[in-house]
Amino acid sequence: MISDTYTFKILRYDAKEPKKEPCFASYKIKVIPGLTVLAMLLRIRDEIDGTLSFRSSCRSAICGSCAMVINGKIDLACRTQVAVFETDTIILEPLPNFEVIKDLVVDMTPFWDMYEKIQPYLIRKSSEPEKEIYQSEKNRKKIDQFVNCILCACCYGACPVLNRDGNYAGPAAMAKLQRFSLDSRDERSAETLETFNSEEGVWGCDTVFRCIEACPKDVRPTDGIVGLRKTLLKNKAKDIWRSIKR
Amino acid sequence: MMLTHDILIVGGGLTGLRAAVGLCDKFNVGLISKVYPVRSHSIAAQGGINASLANNPDGRDDTWEKHTFDTVKGSDYLGDQDAIEIMCKEAPGIVYEMEHWGCPFSRFPDGTIAQRPFGGGGFPRTCFSADVTGHSLLNTLYERAVYKKVKIYPEWFVTSLCVEDGQCHGVIVLDIKSGELIPVRAKVTVFGTGGYGRVYRNSTNALINTGSGIGMAYKAGVPLKDMEFVQFHPTTLIGTNILMTEGCRGEGGYLLNNKGERFMQKYAPTAMELAPRDIVSRCIMTEIEEGRGFEHPLGTYIELDLRHLGKKKIIERLPGIRSICMDFIGIDPVKKPIPIMPSQHYSMGGIDVNEKGASPIKGFYAAGECACVSVHGANRLGGNSLLDTIVFGKLAARAIEEELPKDKLKPKEKPLLSLKAQVEKKINKLTQAGGERPYKLAADLGAVMSEKVGVFRTKKEIAQALDEVKKIKERYINVSVSSADPHMNYELHNAIELEYMLEVAHTIVLGALLREESRGAHFRRDFPKRNDKKWLKHTIAKMGKKGDPLISCKQVKITNYQPMERKY
Ligand SMILES: Cc1cc2nc3c(=O)[nH]c(=O)nc-3n(C[C@H](O)[C@H](O)[C@H](O)COP(=O)(O)OP(=O)(O)OC[C@H]3O[C@@H](n4cnc5c(N)ncnc54)[C@H](O)[C@@H]3O)c2cc1C
Ligand code: SF4
Ligand code: SF4
Ligand code: FES
Repeated sequence: MISDTYTFKILRYDAKEPKKEPCFASYKIKVIPGLTVLAMLLRIRDEIDGTLSFRSSCRSAICGSCAMVINGKIDLACRTQVAVFETDTIILEPLPNFEVIKDLVVDMTPFWDMYEKIQPYLIRKSSEPEKEIYQSEKNRKKIDQFVNCILCACCYGACPVLNRDGNYAGPAAMAKLQRFSLDSRDERSAETLETFNSEEGVWGCDTVFRCIEACPKDVRPTDGIVGLRKTLLKNKAKDIWRSIKR
Repeated sequence: MMLTHDILIVGGGLTGLRAAVGLCDKFNVGLISKVYPVRSHSIAAQGGINASLANNPDGRDDTWEKHTFDTVKGSDYLGDQDAIEIMCKEAPGIVYEMEHWGCPFSRFPDGTIAQRPFGGGGFPRTCFSADVTGHSLLNTLYERAVYKKVKIYPEWFVTSLCVEDGQCHGVIVLDIKSGELIPVRAKVTVFGTGGYGRVYRNSTNALINTGSGIGMAYKAGVPLKDMEFVQFHPTTLIGTNILMTEGCRGEGGYLLNNKGERFMQKYAPTAMELAPRDIVSRCIMTEIEEGRGFEHPLGTYIELDLRHLGKKKIIERLPGIRSICMDFIGIDPVKKPIPIMPSQHYSMGGIDVNEKGASPIKGFYAAGECACVSVHGANRLGGNSLLDTIVFGKLAARAIEEELPKDKLKPKEKPLLSLKAQVEKKINKLTQAGGERPYKLAADLGAVMSEKVGVFRTKKEIAQALDEVKKIKERYINVSVSSADPHMNYELHNAIELEYMLEVAHTIVLGALLREESRGAHFRRDFPKRNDKKWLKHTIAKMGKKGDPLISCKQVKITNYQPMERKY
């Protein structure tokens, strides 16, 4: 039987003191059923150890602040119930594939750099209509799953390719690129996609679907990557066709 | 080190980003936020944004004038009608603008932006992106800011606002990562720092919504307006108080008591579940007080029933709500009703500004939830707040663009350096061991506010709350945090913000005590009627010499709509 007192083992490290090796600190705390890992982290920081660092904001799985490794699985601390584990020991570690700043806070700079690189905004060439640009329900639906991405980087932490090669754009950036590429209103040129027609872009992915497993919002980055590959191949076929005709 | 910008924007939510996007082409703009912009509370808005597009087949003759009337009536006539007119007139334009910038709004079969009914609106005019409208809007504005290459300082925490001789000189910032204190000088400072929900124990707001921006401005001498008006949302999940959007009722959801009755029939026979929030919250509390709620270890609740909408509609229109219910309370709303209770949701009051976002202090602007124009008066309508943030973020930017070249403001270094020294001293004091930990005071404050300054108020309880807030303020003098290292020290941020939360709470409580009438969200059991003769006016709170708030009044601007009784 699991008691109501849980042990939280949290991997602690401070990049400001690189000489001190990362090590686990243990905190014992009573858990009321229904509480989330984030709620417990807040209590540990408040009541036991004020020096503990972790990010949080919305506490409702929408802002993307609190991704971490919880008993070996990458997830958002705020949507993970303590009681789902069949043990009273909860082990918390920072998100992999990032440098740690302190404790559970990682340096997200590479993630944001990739995000910015894909030109994450609607690109238009036509002049704007007076009212809305029409979009059918069907076309709106096409981008739905990618729109839902909360930029939490769970997928980035789970991706084995990023673990080997930090230059790979990563699942979230690719999913975002597909969000715009698939948007019926977007008019980006074929060349903007070409930038990612490489091993550091869409061809870097091993399609092992770890990102899909890790995503708390049911985004399927691999769908995006496969979709982008198809578009790139189609564009290439078109180019060849054109050059033959010429 | 001293950083200098023409214009400094504090806040990476919808307000701050919209202001930045409007100004960055012409001026040297810097945007500071204590979290990455997309982690701001705007991300959590669910239901939608109001604009009289008249896209809905049931709302073809909607106009901005009708939107204005609904907003004035919803505000219980406390909103300034000239400002409401401006907001409602701008609304369609900003919704189209957001759409052109990529916002993925849900669509009607004809390809136009979909609109649904919302509480207190005579027409279905709430535009939405499923039930993640805030997420879609905030991402779109952030995308726009990336496109425009706005200079952003993420995870920089503003500790104080620098005002001297009636002019704003900038702010002092704590760089969360390095722990360094940095003075930032600017000709114009704009606050889009959001609401103060966390002053209450039970709130739908993000953990970061402490209202520190409001408290900071107040401490620097900027007046606050209508602080006693606090919105309580009728439908929040028991336990966590996560919001169940009004869209649930907009799509046709029912409220049921333990007898299985749709009790809104008794209170608002025409509008039913879609009466404005202040009214629905009071009805739910009455049902609970009179013994018609359901008991649960997490509190007494009422049911929000969506089952009759069917799985397809729930999955299409309210997918976020469904996953929140499953993740946070283990209930699938397709199969079971959702247990809900009212809790704090929105800050109607805030920094006293005009329709240009300008405060009485030269060079200091504010907009969005931290500000009070006032367009929401005594009660905000659902879908009007997202509108407020973008409209007034945009209009503040426009006003600054016009004024800045004329004003020749010269912000000074000296007041910034002396303020920095003060902050250093304060941090030193907070990091001395031995005092009470900040969380205890924050918890006590939240409890007092939720229990004594809530949906129903009485003189006796408010007076008790005033006493207790003052006591917690005294305890604050001896607060201390665990570590003296300012790098990545979230407990230290909490301690700094706590001071501002206490000031904010003090103004709310005092305003609530003085306002001896019931209007919108402010309901006094001992004065259950609206009193236009005495109280058709705004309250203004200014910090007095001894640190206590001084309250004065300001006229409400009435253009076309004379106060009437509010019936739904
Ligand atoms: C759950 C929920 C659902 C909602 N749904 C709707 C809806 O459907 N329709 C609607 O119209 N309204 C809705 N609202 C209200 C609306 O979302 C908010 O009023 C609005 O988003 C506020 O935006 P803002 O830009 O003013 O502030 P916020 O988005 O809260 O942003 C504040 C910013 O200020 C920064 N900041 C604050 N203090 C500091 C500091 N000291 N130093 C540095 N940075 C600081 C923060 O980092 C943040 O970036 C909802 C609110 C809630 C709670
Ligand atoms: S499917 Fe591709 S992107 Fe996703 S985790 Fe695997 S390698 Fe990474
Ligand atoms: S795709 Fe999923 S896991 Fe990756 S950042 Fe987006 S929401 Fe997070
Ligand atoms: S706190 Fe926002 S996603 Fe967890």
